[in-house]
Amino acid sequence: MTAARAEVVAGGPGRFRSARRRASAGLFRRGWLRATLLLSAPAAWFVLIYLAALAILFVSAFWRVDAFTGEVVHQWNLDNFKTIAESPAYRTIALRTIGIAAAVTLTDALLAIPFAYFAARLAPRRLQTVLFVIVLVPLWTSYLVRVYAWRLILAHDGILNWTLHKLGFGGVDIAYSNWAMWVVFSYLWLPFMILPVWVAFERVPDSFLEASADLGARGWTTFRRVLLPLVLPGVVAGSIFTFSLTLGDFITPTLVGGAGSDFIGNVVYSSVGIANNVPFAAAFATIPLLVMGAYLLVARKVGAFEAL
Amino acid sequence: MSEVQPDPRGAPAPAVSARGLRKVYGDVVALARLELDVWPGEFFTLLGPSGSGKTTTLRLIAGFERPDAGGVALDGVDVTSRPPYQRDVNTVFQDYALFPHMTIAENVAYGLMVNGVGRRARAARAAEALRLVQLAELGARKPIQLSGGQRQRVALARALVNRPRVLLLDEPLGALDLKLRQDMQLELKRIQRELSEDVTFVYVTHDQDEALTMSDRIAVFSTGRIEQVGTPREIYERPANEFVAGFVGTSNVVARDGRRCTVRPEKIRLLPPDAAAPDGELSELGVVREVVYLGATTRYVVALDNGETLVAMRQNDESEDGAASEERGRRVRLAWRAQHMTAVDGFAAADAQREHEEVPQ
Repeated sequence: MTAARAEVVAGGPGRFRSARRRASAGLFRRGWLRATLLLSAPAAWFVLIYLAALAILFVSAFWRVDAFTGEVVHQWNLDNFKTIAESPAYRTIALRTIGIAAAVTLTDALLAIPFAYFAARLAPRRLQTVLFVIVLVPLWTSYLVRVYAWRLILAHDGILNWTLHKLGFGGVDIAYSNWAMWVVFSYLWLPFMILPVWVAFERVPDSFLEASADLGARGWTTFRRVLLPLVLPGVVAGSIFTFSLTLGDFITPTLVGGAGSDFIGNVVYSSVGIANNVPFAAAFATIPLLVMGAYLLVARKVGAFEAL
Repeated sequence: MSEVQPDPRGAPAPAVSARGLRKVYGDVVALARLELDVWPGEFFTLLGPSGSGKTTTLRLIAGFERPDAGGVALDGVDVTSRPPYQRDVNTVFQDYALFPHMTIAENVAYGLMVNGVGRRARAARAAEALRLVQLAELGARKPIQLSGGQRQRVALARALVNRPRVLLLDEPLGALDLKLRQDMQLELKRIQRELSEDVTFVYVTHDQDEALTMSDRIAVFSTGRIEQVGTPREIYERPANEFVAGFVGTSNVVARDGRRCTVRPEKIRLLPPDAAAPDGELSELGVVREVVYLGATTRYVVALDNGETLVAMRQNDESEDGAASEERGRRVRLAWRAQHMTAVDGFAAADAQREHEEVPQ
């Protein structure tokens, strides 16, 4: 204080400091100004890059490509959507994508809930750290490496069948099939389900469980009536990851799905990269968006966010 | 040491009884061989500083923790190995522990629902419990929409709806402000009187005023053991040792005839120094060191000529002309009746604890 005052008297750095002090006081008084400074950069990014791109995508879905010149014709029409709705092949692809995404989400939820329950509420602290690392380590490995590893595991003469034969079971023929995609996707996105569910389990105070037991509820009733409803927002958060990541993927279908296992992403990829038909790609890409939107609405309707 | 007192109403067995209860966390002895009997219909308070073992005792009675030795019996039936959901005991938690995803009515009815009571009966009994705590209209709200005091009442209704034999309350008023706390103390007392035929209250607090206000009997805890069990009057007027004398009220310990004795501040009268000691009273000369004005009363800290210090309390029932600064340094004679003095013999918590630990199990 005295030092600052001395500098003010001497001029020079004191003037700079008092300006800074005035600015900080001004920010303190005007909360909105602080919020603006903090949020403007991310907000600009969000609006310009993300929302604008989505809007252009959506608008271009109603354009078409001139069959002869390959030029995009800015002429409003519903041809792209008609093609998707009327072609059995595209319908199958859309349903396959959504179906596997749903199956993967369900599988990951069923795997993550008991695991996260154990990790968050039963495991001693030391073991918690170990489990946390085990969940995270796969994310440090390249996605491609992991998918290729699964190719080797699931191949006809791969590790899975070799092990099954050794154990006296017959082999399974799931390489390059929807089953393979289900297994690999479930593996890939499991950490994204476990982490939010883990956090949700951790946030439930012990006293809630004690209160439930105290009032006469056995373990299972407490789990179903108290614990599960309170971790449901975490499960929904995780499912947004698992569902949307599967919906948008096109590499795993190519690598482990084999022929005739295209996802929406594969069609989008080939429409842009090979057929040069951006309007059609845009039209097909709106399907995952609509499905995600519908999913979130349903989740809200059943009260998944009420305990947030 | 707690002595087991006979039940005044002649009940066949204590509502709660603890025998040789022991709980250790790491190297910390939370409870060392606790003996406790709570009689049916009593408002029984476990009073003590934090870390004295009173909450641990409550959690052992509820069944949230397993004792390392000893046992708990409810109505004469040993429940030591039973889980919480098989004990006829309900708890009001310090943080209330209301389920945030349920409405108030659902929270209150939860105990009935998990015990298989039908929907219709459930709603009726939950409404009745909410009426008992005067929140009948709030059944449709969520806990987050209620004030602290209202949540406290909901927690009480939820714990009472199962009509438990024993209600355990873990510092339930700790989070409320003073005025609300005082209102709730009287409210709790009213509810307990209404239910005392059926429900025994075991109440944990560190607040001596709360304990004195509400309890039929108090157990004073210190470092994992009970120092004294008795009615509020016994505890206050006849503290068993220096710890109780100091924790419940002001300690005021002086040496007399080789014994350590305590006398409560309000029993001591301040007289002019030249006044003769009244007949049959003890008196000491000293100098007023500190004067604290407390509204209804004034506290005087007096340094006695023999080196001891006593606190005396005086009602401000006459208009006081003397300012504090004038009274400070004044010589006074302190006088009190012999029967107001209680011996609190050579208690030291650490020594007693060590002796206790050495008793072979």
